[in-house]
Amino acid sequence: MTDATHTARHEDDAHAHDAVHSHGDTHDHGSRRGYVIGFLTSVVLTAIPFWLVMTGTLSSQWTAILIIAFAVVQIGVHTAAFLHVNTKAEGGWTLLAYAFTAVIVLIVIAGSLWIMYHLNTNMMPMSVPDTAP
Amino acid sequence: MSGEAVARDGDGLENARDTFYLVEKDTHDHGEAHTGGATMLGFWIYLMSDALIFATLFATYGVLSTSYAGGPTPREIFELPLVAVNTAILLVSSITYGFAMIATQEGKLNGTRTWLVLTGLLGIGFVGVELYEFSTLIHEGATPQTSGFLSAFFTLVATHGLHVTIGIVWIGVMLVQLAQRGLHAENQRRLMCLSMFWHFLDVVWIGVFTFVYLLGSIR
Repeated sequence: MTDATHTARHEDDAHAHDAVHSHGDTHDHGSRRGYVIGFLTSVVLTAIPFWLVMTGTLSSQWTAILIIAFAVVQIGVHTAAFLHVNTKAEGGWTLLAYAFTAVIVLIVIAGSLWIMYHLNTNMMPMSVPDTAP
Repeated sequence: MSGEAVARDGDGLENARDTFYLVEKDTHDHGEAHTGGATMLGFWIYLMSDALIFATLFATYGVLSTSYAGGPTPREIFELPLVAVNTAILLVSSITYGFAMIATQEGKLNGTRTWLVLTGLLGIGFVGVELYEFSTLIHEGATPQTSGFLSAFFTLVATHGLHVTIGIVWIGVMLVQLAQRGLHAENQRRLMCLSMFWHFLDVVWIGVFTFVYLLGSIR
């Protein structure tokens, strides 16, 4: 493809997007480049945790911290690159709903673990009979 | 003359009352193929409520993940190479769906259908590997009835697998729709909703392979 056609195509794209954006559909459908970059980033962010766990290079505590960190980053990458959640999509409402859901998800998971951990601690005598004579 | 004015007034009133509809109508008026502002947002809200279902299942798994009841532990039963294969399949299916959406944007019907078929096949591969894993586990005696850990594990992972299965059925339906009606505005909107659904399931899978399989294997 020559440069000229390339530019023309780009302009067309820009026009098409303008049309879409000015008429209410503000959902970004992404570009080939965006998808490929998101995909390659995800491959790296997936491969490293698997490698860490399968080879056992680090202590299990560091491995746990790192793989959780990688998961959080990868969820962010997928949200931006594949789900196209950003401040502009649907006038920012998808982002707002996403943030709200993230808060609820964290409260549900962290809250359950926290409460049940303490309940478990109080119930621990359950295991005593195993060790008792 | 006055009649026309009244009609226009009526129109304006209707539009003013129904803001979301105004947006969709406007898109139609200008012949723009991409529709569905309100539909997209509504579907997104559904996905967020689905995320809450998965949140409760993750929380349940987190609470029960060490309740082995004398049964097998994660390290004994999880086969990480198999999980890695499944993760790769789902990740590749994400980008093939992305390419289907780009083909849709460019108005390429055949491209859309090819990428959709590929995505569907990868989805079937994912569910197949998962079913193989489940049957192996059950053969080894690691059934959902064995322990709290396994009950929570099967519930969480199978719910995700069921979602993927529904996604595959949806892809099949879209292939029929595309064959019959082509890439018209409604089908494009449906493909966009399916795109969100499919990528959302990949996001849930990140949680599954990290918190269930990987963390379980180092515990």
